[in-house]
Amino acid sequence: MADQLTLEVATPSRFVIGEQVDEVVVPGIEGYFGVLPGHAPLLSTLGIGELTYRIGRDERHATVSGGFCEVRNDKVIVLADSAELPGDIDRARAERARDRAEQRLTGRSSEEVDYARAAAALARALIRLQVAARAQ
Amino acid sequence: MATLRDIQRRIRSVQSTQKITRAMKLVAAAKLRRAQERILAARPYVNKMAELLGNLVSAADGAEGSAHPLLEQREGPRRLIVIITADRGLAGAFNSNVLRNSLAFVRASNATALTLVVVGRKARDFYRRRPYTVKRDMLGFWDRLAYSHACELADLFIAQYLEGEVDEVHLIYNEFRSVALQRPVRQQLLPIPRSEGAAQAAGQPVEYIYEPSAPAILSELLPRHVRMQVFRALMESLAGEYGARMTAMEAATKNAKEMIDILTIQYRSSGPSSTSNSSRASCRPSTTRCSCRAWRTRTSSPIRRNSRSRSLSTSARRTSAPWPWRPRTA
Repeated sequence: MADQLTLEVATPSRFVIGEQVDEVVVPGIEGYFGVLPGHAPLLSTLGIGELTYRIGRDERHATVSGGFCEVRNDKVIVLADSAELPGDIDRARAERARDRAEQRLTGRSSEEVDYARAAAALARALIRLQVAARAQ
Repeated sequence: MATLRDIQRRIRSVQSTQKITRAMKLVAAAKLRRAQERILAARPYVNKMAELLGNLVSAADGAEGSAHPLLEQREGPRRLIVIITADRGLAGAFNSNVLRNSLAFVRASNATALTLVVVGRKARDFYRRRPYTVKRDMLGFWDRLAYSHACELADLFIAQYLEGEVDEVHLIYNEFRSVALQRPVRQQLLPIPRSEGAAQAAGQPVEYIYEPSAPAILSELLPRHVRMQVFRALMESLAGEYGARMTAMEAATKNAKEMIDILTIQYRSSGPSSTSNSSRASCRPSTTRCSCRAWRTRTSSPIRRNSRSRSLSTSARRTSAPWPWRPRTA
C-alpha cells in the first residue's frame, strides 16, 4: 500500500489536476467524503462543490460540478463536467452569474424560470466565489 | 495570341490568388494545431469514461431488471441522422465526402420515418436543396466550439430518443485520421452499441462501493458518454476541416507557383526578344500612362467587364508598384 494518493481531475476539455497527494475531500452527490490512502474501491457521482486536496500541510482547493469520482488502488480519478483551479476562476463572471441566478430565484425577473437550472447556476457561482476567496 | 500585357495580367492575377491560398494555408495550419491539442486534452477523460462504462455495463448485465433505456435495443424503423460538415468550403473533398456518404445512408433509410439534424452550413445548404425536411440545424459555432455545443446537440436527440420519437440515432462525420487524411464515418450513437461497453471491460470486475447506486451512476454516465461521443466527433471534424483545407491550399499554392513559372517563361521568351527593336517602355507597359487607358478600354477580360469602375482604381494603384518580373535585360 502506497502512503500517498494519485489525484487526477479531468474534464471534457482539459486535464486539470494530476498530483501526488495525502488526502482528498470530494463533493459527492450525497455529501462530501474524504479519501485517505488505502481506501476501498468507490464509485460516486459528483455534486457541485469544492474539491479539497492536501499535500503535506499544504491544502489546496478547486471547484468541480457534475460527473464522477472513482477511487481504486490509491488512485482518485475525478471526471467532472467542469473543474477549475482558483487561478482559473473569473470572479466578475461568477458574481454576475450569482446575481442573475438570485434574481431568477426570487422571481424578480419576468421571464419563465427553470428553477432547477437557476439553483444549480447559483450553487456553481457561490462555490466559485468561495474557492476564489480562499486563494487570496 | 496573348500579348505581353495579357501574360502580365495573368501573372499578377495568379500571384494574388497565390497570396490568398498561402494565407489560408497558414491560418489552417495554426488552427489545426490548436484543434489537435484539444483532441489530445480530451483524451484522459474519454479513456477513463470508456473504462468506467465497461465496468458498469457488465455490472448492470449481471444484475436482474431491465437494461437502461439508452442501452436497450428497440425494433423500430425511425431514424435520426446527424450530419456534421464544415461551415466553409475550400477544403478539398472534405464536405462532399461526408455529404455523399450521408445521402446514400439517408436514401437507404425509410423516408417517412426519418429525422435529419445538420451541423455546418454546407450540410444545411445541401439538404435544403433536396426533398428532405431538416429538423434542426447548427451553424456558425465552429470558431468557438465548446463542450456545451456537444451537450446541446446530444441532449436534443437523447430527449427525443427517451420520449420514443426515434428508435436509432446515427452520426455521420469526418474522422480525423491524419493531417492529410480524413475519412467519412458513420457511428451509431443510440442505442449505445453493446460492444462499446463490453470491449472495455477487460480484467476482473472491480467490487466498488457505489454511491448512490450502480444503476443511478449508470444513468448519469450514459448521457455523458453520448455527449462526449458527439464532442469528439465535432472536434475531429474541426481538426479534419483544417487539415483538409491546409492540404488543399498547399496544393493550390503549388499549382499557382507552377503557373507563374510557366507564364514567366512565356513572358520572357516573347518579351524582350520579340520586341527587341521597340522602346523600353513597351517592355514595361505597366509604368506608362497609356497602359491605364488601354486597361480602361479593354473588354476582353470577362472578370473585369462588369466592374470597370473598380478596375480603374486598381489599375491606377497597380501602375505605381514596380513590376517584379521585369526581364533581366531591361
